Amino acid sequence: MTGPLESALPAGHRGARAPAAASARSPVTAPSRSRLRRAIEDPPVVRWALAALAVLFLAAFVLVPAAVVVVEALRGGLALWWKALADPDALAAIRLTLLVAAISVPLNALFGLAAAWSITRFRYRGKDALVSLIDLPFGVSPVISGMVIVLLFGAHGWFGSWLAERGLRVVFAVPGIAIATLFVTFPFVARELIPFMQAQGTEEEEAALVMGASGWQILRRVTLPNVKWSLFYGVILCNARAMGEFGAVSVVSGHIRGATNTIPLHVEILYSEYAFQAAFAVASLLFVLALVTLVAKKGLELRQASARRETIRQSTRSDL
Amino acid sequence: MSAVRRLAQRDRSPNRRKRGVLPGFGLSTGFTVFYLCLVVLLPLSTLAAKASGLGLEGAWRVIASPRALASYRLSFGASLVAAGLNVLFGVVVAWVLARYRFPARSLVDAAVDLPFALPTAVSGIALTSVYARNGWIGRFLEPLGIKAAFSPVGVTIALTFIGLPFVIRTVQPVLEALDPELEEAAAVLGAGRWATFLRVLLPAIVPAALTGFALAFARALGEYGSVVFISGNMPLKTEIAPLLIMTRLEQYDYGGAAAIATVLLAVSFLLLLCINRLQAWTRARAGHA
Repeated sequence: MTGPLESALPAGHRGARAPAAASARSPVTAPSRSRLRRAIEDPPVVRWALAALAVLFLAAFVLVPAAVVVVEALRGGLALWWKALADPDALAAIRLTLLVAAISVPLNALFGLAAAWSITRFRYRGKDALVSLIDLPFGVSPVISGMVIVLLFGAHGWFGSWLAERGLRVVFAVPGIAIATLFVTFPFVARELIPFMQAQGTEEEEAALVMGASGWQILRRVTLPNVKWSLFYGVILCNARAMGEFGAVSVVSGHIRGATNTIPLHVEILYSEYAFQAAFAVASLLFVLALVTLVAKKGLELRQASARRETIRQSTRSDL
Repeated sequence: MSAVRRLAQRDRSPNRRKRGVLPGFGLSTGFTVFYLCLVVLLPLSTLAAKASGLGLEGAWRVIASPRALASYRLSFGASLVAAGLNVLFGVVVAWVLARYRFPARSLVDAAVDLPFALPTAVSGIALTSVYARNGWIGRFLEPLGIKAAFSPVGVTIALTFIGLPFVIRTVQPVLEALDPELEEAAAVLGAGRWATFLRVLLPAIVPAALTGFALAFARALGEYGSVVFISGNMPLKTEIAPLLIMTRLEQYDYGGAAAIATVLLAVSFLLLLCINRLQAWTRARAGHA
C-alpha cells in the first residue's frame, strides 16, 4: 500500500506506515507533500554544502597528509625508496620493531582473553572498577607511560640497583622498549573482546557445559570460534600500536642506532637529519600497516553486518 | 563424574550460583588482576611516589614555574580549540556519512579512522610537510599571514588530526540509530526542517558530541608524537606539557618530570571520569528514545 503521503517520503522513511497513512486518510488537513519533504530532507543546497564541508575538512586533515607520505616516499623513485629500507640501521629498526611486537602482542592477547572471560562470564563485586582500570593506559600520555618504566627500572628506579648488581639492563635497552610497549598496548584486545562477548551472552558455553565439556574444551571449541574475528581485530589494533608507538618508546630507548631504535624512532632521526626522502620511505612501511588495520576493520564490519542479517533471516524463517 | 552431577554439585555452592555457572572464574580473574597490577598499576604507582618525594614546596616550584605554566596554557588551549573544531566539523561529517549517499562514501568513511591507525610519528612528519611554509597547504596559508607549522597553530592542527575520529565515531551511530519516525512525526506536527533539527535531532546528538569532545580533549592533552615535529618546541612559546616532561627526563630531573606528569595525569583521569558519566548519559538517552 502506497498512500500519497508515503510516496512523498524519501526512500529511507517508507517504513513508517501507520501514523503517516492514517493522517493521509484523515480529513484533518495534512501538511502538503512538498512541505513534508522539506521538513524531513535537507534541501539540495544544504546537502552539497555540508558534503563539501565534510570532504574539505577530511582532505585538509587526513587525505592530504596521507597523500604526502606516499608522494614523498616515492619521490626519488623505487630504487631510492628501497635503498632507504635496505640501510643496515633501518633493517635493525625493522627487526627490533618486529621483536617487540612479537613479545607484547601475544601477552596482551592472552590477557585480553582472560579479562573478557572473567568480566563477561561472571558477576562479582568490583567488576566495574576492574573495567575502568583496564582502560587506564588509554588515559596516560605516552611520555608518562615511558617515564614510569624509567622510574621503575632506571638507574635510580625502584629495581635499578637490583638490576645493576646482576648486570641486567632494562632501560635504554630492548627489555625496556618491550615493557613500555606492553604498557601502552595493554587495553586493546580486552577492549575489543569485552563488549563483543558481553553481547554474545553465555548460552552456548552453558549448553556445552551441560553436555559435559570441560572449561578448556568450552574455550577451544565454543568461545574461540565465536570470538575469533573480534580477537583478530583486537590483535591487529594492538599490533599496529605496538609497531607504531613513539612517545613511550622514545623515553626508554636511548636512541642507540642499530641497537635500540624502532621504526618510528628511526623515522624521527632521519627526519631531524633532514633526510626527508628516507624518513618518508621508512614511514611508508608504517603507513601500509595503518592501511592493513583499516582494511581489517572494514572487513570485520562487513562480516558482522552479514552475520546480523543471517541471524535475522534465520529467526524469521523459524517464525514461519 | 557425570556432567549433571558436576553441575548439581556446583549449584549447591551459593557463591557460584550468584557468580555464574561457567568454570574458570578463579583462573581468569586471578590472572587479569595479577597482570593488571604488574603491567599497569605497579609502574603508575612509581609516579606518585616520585612526585611526593619532592615535597609539596618543591613540587609546587616545578608545577608553577613560568615555563610549566606556559606549557599548560598551550596544551590546554590548543587541545580545547582542537576538540572544539572536531565537534563543529565532526558533527557535519557524521551527518554527511550517516545521511547522504555519494560516490566514494565508504572511502571517506574509512579515512576517518586513519588518525587512529597511523603511528603518531608518521602523522607528525606528514602534517609538518603539508603545513610547512613550502608545503602543499602551508604555501596557501603563508600569503594569508598564517604561519601554520612551528607555531601554536601547528600544535592545534596536529591535535585536531589526532582527535578527529572521536566525535565522528560517537555521533555517527547515534544518527544512524535515530528512528526516522521521530522526524516524520515532527514534520506531520508542522515543524519545519530547522525546527526539527533544533528540537528533535540536536538533543539526540548533544550527549554523544560531548562524549566525543571529552575523548578528543583527553587524547590531545597527552599527545606527543604528532606534535613534536610540527610545533618547533620553543620553550614558553610552542612547548606542550608532555614535551616539557620529556625535557626534564633528558636532564635527569625525574622529580620535576614526575610533578608535571602528576598534574597532567590528574586532569586526564578527571576527564575519564566525566567521559564515563557522559557515556552513561548517552546510553540512558538512547534507551529512553
